[in-house]
Amino acid sequence: MATATETLALEGRRDNWLSRLFESKAFLIFVCMTPAVGLLVLFLTYPLGLGVWLAFTDARIGRPGEWIGGFNYELLFTDSVFWMSVWWTCFYTAVATVLKFGLGLWLALLLNHHLPLKSLIRAIILVPWIVPTVLSAIAFWWIYDPQFSIISYLLVDVLGWRDTYIDFLGEPWNARFSLIAANVWRGIPFVAICLLAGLQTISPSLYEAAMIDGASPWQRFVRITVPMLMPILAVVLTFSVIFTFTDFQLVYAITRGGPVNSTHLMATLAFQRAIPGGQLGEGAAIAVAMIPFLVAATVCSYFALARRKWQQGGKDD
Amino acid sequence: MTDAVADRPERPAGQERQGPMVWESVPRRVITVYIPLALFVIVLLFPFYWMTITTLKPNEELYNYSEHNPFWVTSPTLANINRLLFETDYPRWLMITMLVAVVATFLSLFCSVLAAYAIQRLRFRGSQWVGLAIYLAYLVPPSILFIPLATMVFRLGLFDSPLALILTYPTFLIPFCTWLLIGYFKSIPYELEECALIDGASRLQILWRITLPLAVPGLISAGIFAFTLSWNEFIYALAFIQSAENKTVPVAVLTQLVVGDVYHWGSLMAGALLGSVPVAIFYSFFVEYYVSSLTGAVKE
Repeated sequence: MATATETLALEGRRDNWLSRLFESKAFLIFVCMTPAVGLLVLFLTYPLGLGVWLAFTDARIGRPGEWIGGFNYELLFTDSVFWMSVWWTCFYTAVATVLKFGLGLWLALLLNHHLPLKSLIRAIILVPWIVPTVLSAIAFWWIYDPQFSIISYLLVDVLGWRDTYIDFLGEPWNARFSLIAANVWRGIPFVAICLLAGLQTISPSLYEAAMIDGASPWQRFVRITVPMLMPILAVVLTFSVIFTFTDFQLVYAITRGGPVNSTHLMATLAFQRAIPGGQLGEGAAIAVAMIPFLVAATVCSYFALARRKWQQGGKDD
Repeated sequence: MTDAVADRPERPAGQERQGPMVWESVPRRVITVYIPLALFVIVLLFPFYWMTITTLKPNEELYNYSEHNPFWVTSPTLANINRLLFETDYPRWLMITMLVAVVATFLSLFCSVLAAYAIQRLRFRGSQWVGLAIYLAYLVPPSILFIPLATMVFRLGLFDSPLALILTYPTFLIPFCTWLLIGYFKSIPYELEECALIDGASRLQILWRITLPLAVPGLISAGIFAFTLSWNEFIYALAFIQSAENKTVPVAVLTQLVVGDVYHWGSLMAGALLGSVPVAIFYSFFVEYYVSSLTGAVKE
């Protein structure tokens, strides 16, 4: 079909070498792909390779590095701050993701009811997601202030549940859970809106059929909602895991890795060592150490996508 | 409310999803739906309320909770905003951020439209693999790339220039926009293009006259998303820009407004608030496009 129409079009062309050139499909494909592929190769693929190379050099700011093999990794292997950051990155990702998806799914289910002003509520809920992360992180910084925290004020002076103000960012565990709370706060809207889109594709007749068969609300949730939501859930989960794992802004804005390096994520530690510290090679080694985790998450995403197509009876196109 | 809706018989099918919840009683609905929803909205919006109220507070109210109710402001002042706008480089930071976001968005849209058209409509051998590669590119986070990019930016002589940001932001904008537009082009019937081909239109004419006008909603969605993503970007701007006058708003608020150990919370909050307002206004005009691009990209 396509070839037939093409020959028709070719017959009607003007005899101009330029228009003939633009009718050539190969040339057109080349022209169309060049800007995007060029930019991506130059500023994404090449730096990715360069980053891996830098991880095996002793590059510093202002001095190109020389190959030193796995020396950076030998150093990191005995570096307790690095291992602390690996552990904390995994912990942060796991806890924040579970909370985000639990609460986000709940919010999506709430929004899926018939509500007045539904689109307005949906628009309001997305606001934490669109506002620049650093700027809302500054608001959290102020909410977590040791002396003037509004949460402490509520707990101590209004409700009287505690006697002392909480030192949110001064103690390692307090700081960790404060960061997780801020991350969850920011992530819920994204999860909820995406899952809501998934929920809206589930046909109400499935629920009606289940109700006629006497299914309880819990059974309807477990047997209909969850399986129907699984494909989109898998994709959103992958995105969320990748972007939580490589998070930088929140931690950098609220704690800068403190107190005593207890909240350094791998990304913030890499930045700390590479840019202010000047040790580009070591920073790159930390950044490259994140790649295996990301590859694992991406593979999961690929299989989720493939499964979705298969479920819809679609072809692999 | 529920009854009023149920009484209207000519409601088009499938437009409102009432599901099984119609059988629920009103008090039960209040407890299971409205109260949790209200709590969610309060918690999600509280930081913004707190930002606004802190911005408007004079210092004696800001640091004295025992005499002033912290949740309200009795004598609002614009001193913090005034200080921010006229005693710092804030307007300049806003201009730089706007410039970078707008140029990076248009550059990415241009590249993405062509690439998406080639992948979805020109259909060459291996085009699906190129599509997959672009999807994978979206999953490469800036936290991995900023160190090698910093060395490249330095060698190219772009260090400390907004151009460095304009050229690097498309690395995360193009994959997203292309992916979104591929999905959008897919929804435009191919027959329209075949008709135009038969009438003797060239491929570029088809793209310009037929496909693009039909894809305007998709372009708006991609553009808005790209704009907010570039406005939010932090790590590249932090690593590539050094001089105070070339910083973007998120970086400048964090690095330039915090001086020493004394934080001027009033002006910090004013900076955060003013930095959020342009995106929020932009967003409020195009909510539906935004939601559709967010969910469309995930569903695709």
